[in-house]
Amino acid sequence: MSVTVALTLDEALTALATDPAATVLAGGTDLMVELNGGHRRAASVVAVNRVRELRSWRHDPAAGTLWLGAAVTYTEIAQEPIAALVPALAQAARTVGSPQIRNAATLGGNVGTASPAGDGLPVLAALDAVVHLASAGATRDVPFAEFATGPKRTVLQPGELITGVTVPVLHGYQGYSKVGVRNAMVIATASACLAVDVASRSVRFAMGSVGPVILRAPEAEAIAAAAADFDAGTIPSEVVERFGAAAGAAARPIDDHRSTAAYRRRAIEVLARRLLARAFPAGAPIGGDA
Amino acid sequence: MSAASVQASVQASVQASVDAAVDSAVGAPVSGRLGDSPVRPDGVAKVQGSFAFSGDLSADGFLWGATLRSPHPYARIVSIDLSGAWAINGVEAVITADDVPGKPTYGLIDQDQPVFASEYVRYVGEPVAAVAANHPDTCRRALEAIRVEYEVLEPLIDPERCVDGSFPPIHPKGNVFRHQRIVRGDVDATGDVMVEATYEIGMQDQAFLGLEAALAIPDPGGEGVELYVATQWLHEDRHQIAACLDLPDEKVRLTLGGVGGAFGAREDISLQVHTCLLALRTGRPVRIAYSREESFLGHVHRHPARIWMRHHATSEGRIVKVEARIVMDGGAYASTSSAVLINAVTHVQGPYACENAVVDGWAVRTNHLPCGAMRGFGVVQACFAHESQMDRLAAACGLDPVEIRLRNAMQTGDRLITGQVIENVAPVRECILETAALPLPDEPVGGHDGDPMRLPGGAGLTADRSHIRRGIGWGVAIKNLMYSEGFDDYSTARVTLRDGVASLKFATAEVGQGFVTLAGQIARSVLGVDDVVLEPIDTTVGSAGSTSASRQTWMSGGAVDGACRLVREQLFAHVGAVHGVDPLRLAIAGRDVVDTMGDLRVPVAEATAGQVFEDTFEHHHRPTEELDENGQGNCHTAFAFVAHRAVVDVDPELGLVKVVQIATAQDVGRALNPLSVIGQIEGGIAQGVGLAVMEEIVQIDGRVRNANFTDYLLPTFLDMPDVVATLIEQPDPMAPLGAKGVGEPPCISSTPAVVAAIRDAIGKDLTRVPVRPSDIAF
Repeated sequence: MSVTVALTLDEALTALATDPAATVLAGGTDLMVELNGGHRRAASVVAVNRVRELRSWRHDPAAGTLWLGAAVTYTEIAQEPIAALVPALAQAARTVGSPQIRNAATLGGNVGTASPAGDGLPVLAALDAVVHLASAGATRDVPFAEFATGPKRTVLQPGELITGVTVPVLHGYQGYSKVGVRNAMVIATASACLAVDVASRSVRFAMGSVGPVILRAPEAEAIAAAAADFDAGTIPSEVVERFGAAAGAAARPIDDHRSTAAYRRRAIEVLARRLLARAFPAGAPIGGDA
Repeated sequence: MSAASVQASVQASVQASVDAAVDSAVGAPVSGRLGDSPVRPDGVAKVQGSFAFSGDLSADGFLWGATLRSPHPYARIVSIDLSGAWAINGVEAVITADDVPGKPTYGLIDQDQPVFASEYVRYVGEPVAAVAANHPDTCRRALEAIRVEYEVLEPLIDPERCVDGSFPPIHPKGNVFRHQRIVRGDVDATGDVMVEATYEIGMQDQAFLGLEAALAIPDPGGEGVELYVATQWLHEDRHQIAACLDLPDEKVRLTLGGVGGAFGAREDISLQVHTCLLALRTGRPVRIAYSREESFLGHVHRHPARIWMRHHATSEGRIVKVEARIVMDGGAYASTSSAVLINAVTHVQGPYACENAVVDGWAVRTNHLPCGAMRGFGVVQACFAHESQMDRLAAACGLDPVEIRLRNAMQTGDRLITGQVIENVAPVRECILETAALPLPDEPVGGHDGDPMRLPGGAGLTADRSHIRRGIGWGVAIKNLMYSEGFDDYSTARVTLRDGVASLKFATAEVGQGFVTLAGQIARSVLGVDDVVLEPIDTTVGSAGSTSASRQTWMSGGAVDGACRLVREQLFAHVGAVHGVDPLRLAIAGRDVVDTMGDLRVPVAEATAGQVFEDTFEHHHRPTEELDENGQGNCHTAFAFVAHRAVVDVDPELGLVKVVQIATAQDVGRALNPLSVIGQIEGGIAQGVGLAVMEEIVQIDGRVRNANFTDYLLPTFLDMPDVVATLIEQPDPMAPLGAKGVGEPPCISSTPAVVAAIRDAIGKDLTRVPVRPSDIAF
């Protein structure tokens, strides 16, 4: 196995241009499990976790955007100052593995693996993130919703590298919840992100582990946006129920050894209701003291 | 370099590596006598990561070994073509069933498990062939190059089809490992109240963190072999290995490699025979180390069980009769299934007096993973059923869970449903009352500071306080100690006292339980020495029996104590002769030999200067009997008791659980090392909580779906409750040091206590463990 340790983006892209079939290694928290388990072979590896450009991030207050390099770790995302800009992503980050895993695991790796259970991905979906790709001599931007085409399948081309993700810095509540069978360090049975954008009077809701890719719930979002009083921060309590039902209806879960489709749909309904009630606490039918 | 010097350098390097591992397994001297809590000799090394586990062993010029396993739950082997593997550069050996020189099968009780499958494979993961090569990657390619043609057969996955006999035998010995009935008293007796239900227990894995690993070094000429291995019972391993290798026992020498947990999973043979065979075949050291996935496939597990129970009681809640039907899925091979079954049927009454019983139990063979020993050994399954029944009975009689248990608590002198009289200290009442006296958690749901991490769902932030309901539940257990049914599981120790230093030699497997600490405490207390040296744990001394069945403190503790006392007699005889004092007047006081009727006081170090006193002692427990056809007989050696009270927060809509606190009072006889006892209690509770709410090997159509730690979930610190514990210390006159084994009880009734607390929180009937979120939510 040949390993190229790139120190600059150019080095990484050149290595990938030379050997487009090379496997990209960032934090290795997905890749090493697959290699050690014999589920994947890598003839050659390009390591990008030391590429300075990919390890940085940039907040553009004027544009209202946050650019996160692909090799930014979940430990960094879980903490200030990034946590204040994208609170839901920070909440998701705190559910990723253990502290040791978060020290290594990267946002770009999470995006690239494209697991339906990827912890950070519902947040990127809810925020309508843009994924930045580069290859030797070319770059392109792909809306997050179009990046994954199926479980662990993406539009990434051979020789192409995820360089980063841009998310909007929104004004309004955002929250993330993840259901697993253990209270920490657990793969998601179902996960959800709700983000309110007061400026555009919109409510976004995205779900993980309940479909082949991360799903949005447009009908539920429309129900919430139509009923919410964005200035008062309230919503009629009966809307919370309808929102949950609509979110559950948008899920496309399956039965597998981890759970059942019925439970996953139920979990999405409950998470949707609770997240909306957190977003608009005055109108919550339950959890009024939350 | 000549062949001889290559051999010498291999041996030297092996010795260095092995010495490090053995030193690490045995550790540095500790201080402390009985009743103290000295620091474990291996504790610092384990915490700092320098402890050498058996997976860290190596030897110059060693080869890697690897195992080819069946992909099918049940299939006939049509042909095996090894030529592809032999053609790979670096492959030094490829072996199958044809290469086993001795007995083709092994097993702890019934030797029905093939070293390698020859005609049939009977579970996914069954070894079919093994290779030795110069690199793990070469091994992997060699395994891929072996061509096995299978005729796939319909697997037997429903244990009931073994009981009703409707499935053709999948093994020449049939599909039932054992059927045992217990009939006692008036089988037609009834009471005012009757409660019944069927309970299910899923397959739990021991999930020790130190994966299976061994290093085998062949003797020159292949006349024998030395094996360094993480195991629970060196001598039993040796006996089974030697039979398969067709060598006399003494030509197979075992040394304990550093053991990273066992919990029953290292009681059976896994990689031992394969490693030795490859070493003897190649004439070179061979090392096999399992991956996590392979570990799940390669060792036995806790038996899944289905238990129907019916209790008859008076309207005051006094048990009149217990009925049970127990079916345990033993998987493809016997292992200890027949003994596990006996534990289940003989403990299904729980720690409650009962005159009348009708119990029927089966342990059966299926095409699932083989099952055998795991902490609690059949009693875990029985306890989940009888404790769930006690709550049902309490509800039917309008009593609370504590009162129903107190009314029925057994005591010393009571007869079990086997007719055996409980002769041990039996403080069941005290366990319950002392547990009830422990304070309930003072923290509200979510903790004092409203930390969402303390809510069910934890880091996932799934709930707010208002979504949560709290419940309280109880579990009480009886557990046998040591082996049963006529088995003499004795233990041996040799003690040498020289120049004020005691050297202890025993084959007791230190698997984490802390015997290396306790042995030194015993020697210091009996002999009045400070310095105790622990010699390597190997087969150059008599058997110590297995580190299982909560037995080593009692059995090996008894052997070390007995050997120390014999040596002390020699010391007293010597001091008496030198000083003209009757040895009967001498005693140990602190570090001195003293004359209890005079002024003589001689430091032990001085009295033993230039002297060597040595003796060996075998501790045997009292004999036991086999059960007759009606399940009657004094089959068990001794018993211990425990009570658990669980406080659990539940999110009823999502079905998520946070165990907040477990209070426990445990019958320990005498706490020889209180810190170790607490360690066993906390660890056992973690395992009990795991079975209650998350730990299960999922097999679908005979295939394991979660042989990894992504999907086989163990409790994390965030899942672990606060534990408040009281030790009930009533020294047991039958126990050599007054101390009962403490390892198993903590994991037995903690599981039903947690489930009862969930039921209490949500008002739903839960009859299966682990409780899944969907069981609560729907």
